[in-house]
Amino acid sequence: MRPFDYMRAEDLQAATEAKGNGATVIAGGTNLLDLMKLEVMAPERLVDITRLDLHNTERTSGGGLRIGALVTNSDLAANPDVRRNWPVLSRALLAGATGQLRNKATTGGNLLQRTRCYYFYDTAMPCNKREPGSGCHARTGFNRIHAILGASDKCIATHPSDMAVAMRALDAEVEVQGSGGTRRMGLDALYRLPGDTPHIETSLAEGEIITAVILPPPPTAATQVYRKVRDRSSYAFALVSVAAVVAMDGARIREARLAFGGLGPMPWRDGEVERALEGQEPSDALFDCASDILLRDAQGQGSNDFKIPLARRTLKAVLREVTRTEAPA
Amino acid sequence: MNKHLKMDAPQKRVLDETAQGTLGRPLDRPEGPLKVSGRAAYSAEYQLPNMATGVLVRATITHGRMTSLNDEAVRGMPGILGVFTGERFLRNPAQGGAGKAPVQGASEVAYLGQPVALVVAETFEQARHAAQQLRPTFAGEPADTHPEHAAQVDRPDKKQLDQGDVDGAMQAAAASVDVVYTTPPHSSAPMEPHASVAEWQGDRLILRGSYQMLKYNKKELADAIGVAPENVRILSPYVGGGFGSKLGIAPEAVSAALAARELGRPVRVVMSRQQVFEGTMRRSETRQRLRLAVDADGVLTALEHDARVSNLPGESFSEPVQQATHFLYRGENRRHENEIARVHRTCAGSVRAPGEAVGMLALEAAMDELAEAAGIDPIELRKRNIPDTHPENGIPYSARSLAECLDEGARRFGWGQRDLRPGQRREGEWLIGIGVAAAARPNILSDSRARVTLREDATALVETDMTDIGTGTYSVLSQLAAEMLGLPVESVEVRLGDTDLPPAAGSGGSWGASSSGSSVFLACRGIRETLARRIGCGAEALTLQDGVATGGNRRETLRDLLAEGSIEVEGHIEPGETAKEVSQASYGAHFVEVAVSAVTGEVRVRRMLGVFAAGRILNEKTARSQCHGGMIWGIGSALTEEIAHDPRDGHIVNRDLAEYHIPVNMDVPDLDVTFLEERDDHASPIQSKGIGELGISGAGAAVINAIYNACGVRVRDYPATPDKIIAQLAE
Repeated sequence: MRPFDYMRAEDLQAATEAKGNGATVIAGGTNLLDLMKLEVMAPERLVDITRLDLHNTERTSGGGLRIGALVTNSDLAANPDVRRNWPVLSRALLAGATGQLRNKATTGGNLLQRTRCYYFYDTAMPCNKREPGSGCHARTGFNRIHAILGASDKCIATHPSDMAVAMRALDAEVEVQGSGGTRRMGLDALYRLPGDTPHIETSLAEGEIITAVILPPPPTAATQVYRKVRDRSSYAFALVSVAAVVAMDGARIREARLAFGGLGPMPWRDGEVERALEGQEPSDALFDCASDILLRDAQGQGSNDFKIPLARRTLKAVLREVTRTEAPA
Repeated sequence: MNKHLKMDAPQKRVLDETAQGTLGRPLDRPEGPLKVSGRAAYSAEYQLPNMATGVLVRATITHGRMTSLNDEAVRGMPGILGVFTGERFLRNPAQGGAGKAPVQGASEVAYLGQPVALVVAETFEQARHAAQQLRPTFAGEPADTHPEHAAQVDRPDKKQLDQGDVDGAMQAAAASVDVVYTTPPHSSAPMEPHASVAEWQGDRLILRGSYQMLKYNKKELADAIGVAPENVRILSPYVGGGFGSKLGIAPEAVSAALAARELGRPVRVVMSRQQVFEGTMRRSETRQRLRLAVDADGVLTALEHDARVSNLPGESFSEPVQQATHFLYRGENRRHENEIARVHRTCAGSVRAPGEAVGMLALEAAMDELAEAAGIDPIELRKRNIPDTHPENGIPYSARSLAECLDEGARRFGWGQRDLRPGQRREGEWLIGIGVAAAARPNILSDSRARVTLREDATALVETDMTDIGTGTYSVLSQLAAEMLGLPVESVEVRLGDTDLPPAAGSGGSWGASSSGSSVFLACRGIRETLARRIGCGAEALTLQDGVATGGNRRETLRDLLAEGSIEVEGHIEPGETAKEVSQASYGAHFVEVAVSAVTGEVRVRRMLGVFAAGRILNEKTARSQCHGGMIWGIGSALTEEIAHDPRDGHIVNRDLAEYHIPVNMDVPDLDVTFLEERDDHASPIQSKGIGELGISGAGAAVINAIYNACGVRVRDYPATPDKIIAQLAE
């Protein structure tokens, strides 16, 4: 760990100023501290934002939910309003990490956690995300946990969060504070695909800090499911996960919102999959069609080829569950 | 006084006649409260005055030479006291029982991750940062990183067996299987990483280190740093798990000792989790071919078990894959071919149950396949093939309860309800199945000494350099002495883990409790003889219970008998002819119920039962814990555990506990363990046999066999991760 300067931000303005001047934000530290010990990240300055007033979860005037960036994963998962009205989020949170980590990890920090790519974590190995231009060692290496969607020849890392997958399905927005004021954006705008610059992971500007996540009002009459497939029952990152928020209109699917973890460099969502389902009567053939669309550009990297059939099987099982469709005999 | 026994003949069951009634009981560990309250100091926790901290630096090439330490910049960093390397540095730990230094010389690099230097600083943080900044330069040479493509493959004559006509028996078989199983490399992953604190007192080195076999470690360390063994003292009173990875002296101890001598200050070196993965020992991957044939009666006529394993060039250890295959089943026509591929990967060595842990994954799964091919119940097939005499050398067996374990397990587990056809039980998307496998692990008695002193106040002191690596040594030695001396167990104090005490067998190969326990038993026999003389009766007529001695119509308190002086005896057990005259092993049977998701291929173990017979059980609780641990290792090896080596440079890719998946609580159901009453008079004078590795032997195969019964998918490439299940499971 490189020696660093530490400052505690007394207010949001001090925090954004510090970040604007190159400081790295620390909250729960569950990921950053590990990365600093390994010198994968070696910030010269840390700004601790844990004393800022971003710890509240409250309903918005429009009936949505405003989740402070410093609300811990444990508190958010246990929030009665979340459990009742956005259960997919609670489920996703509880599927991640361990109780100890969730007690420390924050909402904003969870969104901004770094990939778990083995080569990113090993400073002796090339990694374009850690050291731009050094190469991607994962593409031709061991890549069991890597992306099949949205990757580039510069980087095939996945985003490891469960929480963010549920939030993406819920059309969550992040509220961002910078020197130029406040703005809001969806997770699709927050995250960037790796392209040629995998070290740039978000569209946050220099001095911007995530202050909250805003959920729209609860989906009406929708079934919410989070299903995570992993190599052991707990404390493992998703091979594939699916967050589904699906509402029926009689025998037809009225609305389907689906997001995926473990497949891509960001929590993945594909509007075409949803449009293919909406207005249709559920059937295995329809679910196959949706899976075909989701995976039309899927690219296995060798050790992770299995994610393509696994994603199909998991998506279809989730769709059967939320639409109460029997599997064909 | 000394009391020596060479185990040349079966011994009478003295411990069935003693009166105290403490041996075998499920007593709590005497050191348990210290451990759970943080007062049991582990190696890294010693704070010595003026102590400096060292952090190891790894090679970043696979094979070649370190051309320069390149340490100028690092030496100027804050707090840096020195950067050490050299020809005495270890490239990898010593193999278990080596008693001399392993391969030395940090300038030669044999695998990526090999320790090549030690950075020492005033604080841990300074040393770690400087170690990360140190970038030695290397000159690479061609390397072999994959055992299937290695240029050098050794086939040692003494590791081959060809008996009878296997090919002929295969052709004439009523049923047969010819299958290839593969198992990945494993990590021992002890909770406590390797850690040493080295302190020189004049010419004498005091090393507080986390080690399993101190009498060997002392010689290994002395040899490595070039001093006489009597000038080395190792202290390991508490060890947070070893599982084989701490059998031999390791790079952190030697580098700490060298740096401490150079600096004239105590030096502490603790390996990071990543360094434990790549800089200590791994279990070799294996490729195993099983060819099994039975006649019309279901009796094995051919048993071929071939293996390819790997290790670094020059390392003597090779995974003894057929260790249980040698004696477990019949089959007059037998063949074992063994190949050792020389690869530049982290050193391969003993990891819990070397041999059986992976050999039985293949053998016991192949037996399941054979049972199906022959149309015989898997339990019945195993029972029909229990040999009358050792199938390779003809010697008889000592106590062997394999059939009883299988039958008792079948009864308890409800084996009779099993559907022979796979895929018949379904609960929603979950397919349910049950499986069985045998467990077997050879018994080893090893030279061991202990000193027991019965003090004037009628308390006893047991002293030996034996270790307790979480296994329960403190418990079982306390109970043995209490039983033999007629004392409450609280009146026995046990001191372990100090090479200034009588040398013991150490912890490894499941021999620890029986070997060190026998030495304590012998010492106590000597004490009983003295007490009998003092009371005036024959030793056979003496009864000791609750501090009171009875014999020859006299009844005296021990305190009174000890008024003329305390009694000190050193016990010494030595293996003898019984190790060669009979085949000794512990046996058991595993029963597993799994649920397999028809959608995702995820496997959940729902029930697991182990029935074991390992001679006399010394402490029912610590023995049970050993079996629990082994069975959990079995679940891990069946479902989740796998070291991934990079295909290009051989380095360990998943070198932390987030990505090397040992089972977590949710992977483990309630484990049911039952012991069958047994005495093995050939094994040791206390009639006990090894138990520390029995629980893992065969356990993973029972899981794999249950998966097949659940869904009809036969995974022959361990572990059975979801991808391998869905590859064979219709959507």
